[in-house]
Amino acid sequence: MIEHALPAWMTLQIVGIPTAALIGGVLIGAAAVVLYLSIGRIAGVSGIFFGALNEGGLWRWLFLAGVIGGAWGAVRLWPSLDTLSRPQLGVGWLIVAGLLVGWGTRLGSGCTSGHGVCGLGRLAPRSAVAVLAFMGAGVLTASLFRHWLGVPA
Amino acid sequence: MSEALSGLLAGSLFGFGLAISGMIDPGEVLGFLDWSGNWRPALMGVLGGAVVLSLVGFQLAPRMQRPWFKPAFPDLPKKAIDRPLIVGGVLFGLGWGLAGYCPAPALAGLALGNGEVPIFLAAMVAGGWLQGRWARHKAAGPCG
Repeated sequence: MIEHALPAWMTLQIVGIPTAALIGGVLIGAAAVVLYLSIGRIAGVSGIFFGALNEGGLWRWLFLAGVIGGAWGAVRLWPSLDTLSRPQLGVGWLIVAGLLVGWGTRLGSGCTSGHGVCGLGRLAPRSAVAVLAFMGAGVLTASLFRHWLGVPA
Repeated sequence: MSEALSGLLAGSLFGFGLAISGMIDPGEVLGFLDWSGNWRPALMGVLGGAVVLSLVGFQLAPRMQRPWFKPAFPDLPKKAIDRPLIVGGVLFGLGWGLAGYCPAPALAGLALGNGEVPIFLAAMVAGGWLQGRWARHKAAGPCG
């Protein structure tokens, strides 16, 4: 973090929000718009991920490869983006969290990108409810349960 | 071909934006979800920026006859707000608040040197697979 500081345009804060967060968010939104206007698909990462595993589809695999490749490119340009600012978690917690995220996003038909970015943008009431459900549970878990359970924080 | 390239372009833009946003660091995500101490609002900025763009973009679609590379826009099913939606959202939120990973940052994390990511992703695949099995089991009958 200190060795390779991020450029000022990224770290400059607007009401406590780094400009990098806003710019990154705009790019994510642009990606969702490109995918919908070009081929009429919703850029929901859990949906595309499980869709690729279950049904295949070259566009799905290339989307997923692009997510990894795009992140890789950004980290090559600005190595300090690759940080872990919380204590490392044990394998047990990672497995519990992964199982919940996999089960939950499939049962609820979407995650932060599908229901959050695309669903809210489409003004879909179903997605607004989903966002409230996962944001609510996420805040309660991170603020309370995580501390009660003694997950390293 | 143009379908595949659209997928690649959108995915790359998505991954690049996600990394720039700082959300590939699960600590930053937990900084937003954890209201018990030093709250960090960055995730709100990411979601806000993304939704503003998608609000504009999705309003453009009805003015277009069809997507650039497809004969028609899909009829997105208008499903009801039901129990699976809410239960699924809550379960996802529990996992998200525990480790700070949702599917996109976990996937993008494969580009990093973070050893947590493959373990989390393997468990996520298992969770999705188990859910599929459970759903088929349930559909097969009450005692199936």
